[in-house]
Amino acid sequence: MIRRNKTVKENFVERQSHAPVYEALEEFKKKKVVPFDVPGHKRGRGNPELVALLGEQCVSLDVNSMKPLDNLCHPVSVIQESEELTAEAFGAECAFLMVGGTTSAVQSMILATCKPGDEIILPRNVHKSAINALVLCGAIPVYVEPKTEPRIGIALGVDPNEIEDVIKKHPKAKAVLINNPTYYGICSDLKRITDIVHQHNMKMLVDEAHGTHLYFGENLPINAMKAGADMAAISMHKSGGSLTQSSILLTNNGMNADYVRQIINLTQTTSASYLLISSLDISRRNLALRGRESFGKVVRMAEYAREEINAIGGYYAYGKELVNGKSVFDYDVTKLSIYTQGIGLTGIEVYDLLRDEYDIQIEFGDIGNILAYISIGDRIRDIERLVGALAEIKRIYEKEQRPIITGDYIQPEVVLSPQSAFYSEKKRLPIRETVGQICAEFIMCYPPGIPILAPGERITKEIIDYILFAREKGCSLQGTEDLNADYLNVIV
Amino acid sequence: MELWFSEFHTNNVKLSIRSDEQLYSGESDYQRLDVINTPEFGKMLVSDGDIVFSEADEFVYDEMVTHVPMAVHPHVKKVLIFGGGDGGVATCFAKYPEIEEIDLVEPDEMLVEVSKKYFPEQTEGLNDPRVHIYYQDGLHFLRTVQNEYDIIINDSNDPFGHEEGLFTKEFFGSCYKALKDDGIMIYQHGSPFYDEDEEACRSMHRKVYRIFPVSRVYQAHIATCPAGYWLFGFASKKYHPLNDFDPAKWKKKNIETWYYTTNLHVGAFMLPKYVEDLLEEEEGRTKQEIKNELEETK
Repeated sequence: MIRRNKTVKENFVERQSHAPVYEALEEFKKKKVVPFDVPGHKRGRGNPELVALLGEQCVSLDVNSMKPLDNLCHPVSVIQESEELTAEAFGAECAFLMVGGTTSAVQSMILATCKPGDEIILPRNVHKSAINALVLCGAIPVYVEPKTEPRIGIALGVDPNEIEDVIKKHPKAKAVLINNPTYYGICSDLKRITDIVHQHNMKMLVDEAHGTHLYFGENLPINAMKAGADMAAISMHKSGGSLTQSSILLTNNGMNADYVRQIINLTQTTSASYLLISSLDISRRNLALRGRESFGKVVRMAEYAREEINAIGGYYAYGKELVNGKSVFDYDVTKLSIYTQGIGLTGIEVYDLLRDEYDIQIEFGDIGNILAYISIGDRIRDIERLVGALAEIKRIYEKEQRPIITGDYIQPEVVLSPQSAFYSEKKRLPIRETVGQICAEFIMCYPPGIPILAPGERITKEIIDYILFAREKGCSLQGTEDLNADYLNVIV
Repeated sequence: MELWFSEFHTNNVKLSIRSDEQLYSGESDYQRLDVINTPEFGKMLVSDGDIVFSEADEFVYDEMVTHVPMAVHPHVKKVLIFGGGDGGVATCFAKYPEIEEIDLVEPDEMLVEVSKKYFPEQTEGLNDPRVHIYYQDGLHFLRTVQNEYDIIINDSNDPFGHEEGLFTKEFFGSCYKALKDDGIMIYQHGSPFYDEDEEACRSMHRKVYRIFPVSRVYQAHIATCPAGYWLFGFASKKYHPLNDFDPAKWKKKNIETWYYTTNLHVGAFMLPKYVEDLLEEEEGRTKQEIKNELEETK
């Protein structure tokens, strides 16, 4: 194994050229160790069908934690080195490799900063993982209302002045969490918000699930670590190229890393997958060495697609022109979000047509928009197919514009904390009969996974109408105990 | 010296052709191109290891995609060719004086250069003043084109290579839009003999049959194709390849050919039973789909 000699001063590129976990796995393979430990498939021999599906290389790397490969719950060697390199690459003090998705990274941020009864300030359009964490730890959410874009009906960023107002009303809050960029690419004024949060001695947490590339690309919106945030959750598997379910948690400003590790270990598996860990290791190396070039290409492809789609007419592929200095401080141009109601179709309808008729799978469609995920794996000819299919959909399926419910977001009234609502006595009611009741569970369209209702919130007719409309248009409704979402649990 | 070029037709079948010389090898943004000389097939152009054409059997292909629609459509003025960077099809169309414009869309400039250098005879037509070459992606070119062409040829032959976009529903739909109300589209329909190629052939027929009112398939024998057998699609908004076929009129044009004859034109649409069966199966499936959708909207 090529181990780094720490006494030799190396430059950034030399250091980042290493992938310690990957190198250790390669070395381990050569030793042909006889396994009398888990996993029981024993390098795949016990499960030939799995080998046929995943390949020998893949199953042979599915091994247990052991001395030469370190242990994610208590890293002392190669995983520790990999985490140090990750921290360096992202400009953070510490980095944690995560195997429970960015969900676990977001939850760890909240659990590490809030105790039962503590207040946490966050916009309501956060991912469900954040509100789930409040159910787990008993913290009380204080919601900042995000503005909605009147034309395209998406939730925008958070205005620093509003954050300051809320902070002044809730001076004992422990932390502020914001999602930046949003799924759609909207960015808030992260630097100013962070400064305000720190002036009031609170922790700044950033759900950066859609922002891995902000650490490596050029001329992109500011990233959380650079803005001075205390913690950030990074979905490496989204724009970073690692395997699904792998993620990174970053900490900064002297956060107690050992305590954060303890918090992570409360819920994290003790049998972390080396496929996930090594994919983080290799992807970090790739981003550190070639990220600037790769994301430059992604930006060019996204901008080209935006121009071409806007030239079709009817569609609106939005970009930097949304920037207004407040609710849209910046726009992440790697995103390709398209408003579709200009051709008389909802986003979810276009999403279904692309898949069923044109064999094109995009990230999601909501009531008014679709989002196509552009990444380091794309090619310009695939972009041409997407644009070509959108032009054809307009030609063949365009409808006369009709009024459609807009706004993907309705600010609900919070009556109870998520935890006390979740654990209250509940009853099941047909969804149409729940108006006026307090909701005891989540309901959301997935993707994007932003709750329409969370435990403890008052159900209104407007919200029920929105839910029924979304379902009629083919959105997948999730989160409720009743899998069909015909019934909702409400508090007795 | 034993030097053999091999192309896999399936995992279990390969075609090997003796070569005596490699004349060119180069890589563009789109593909690796090789030109080799072979005693049996003459010079061959190879893209990413697959034969694009050989001097010996190129004429079959060029004539079948050109003369078949030309003998059906009564007044062709404007022709559009996709992926015809090797120039063979354009050269064949250039033999018709009544054609006013031949537009050729080819993403890879290097393919045109290499073809011009090593296959001067076949690329002769590219120098014809009626031929315009657009170096761009086919889907990109089509987006803004509407009701313009009498004939469109999809000359790309690999549904899984860099031109896979030319075998999609969005491409065929865009061609429909780009054709005039009596336009004809000719496209590669693959070789259905081997099991692994069958699905590509079926799915192509499904897509086109759904879009065009007339959708027929015809065949030719091409030695370097898988199983030596190749199908073409004839998709049209108005004309039927046999009912609207005018052999006497075409014969008067006195076009010199080596493969195509007016007798062969009719025969080429008479398909083997197994091919007919698989095409009819797809037609039945599509009709059922349309019926279901109509009921749904009711």
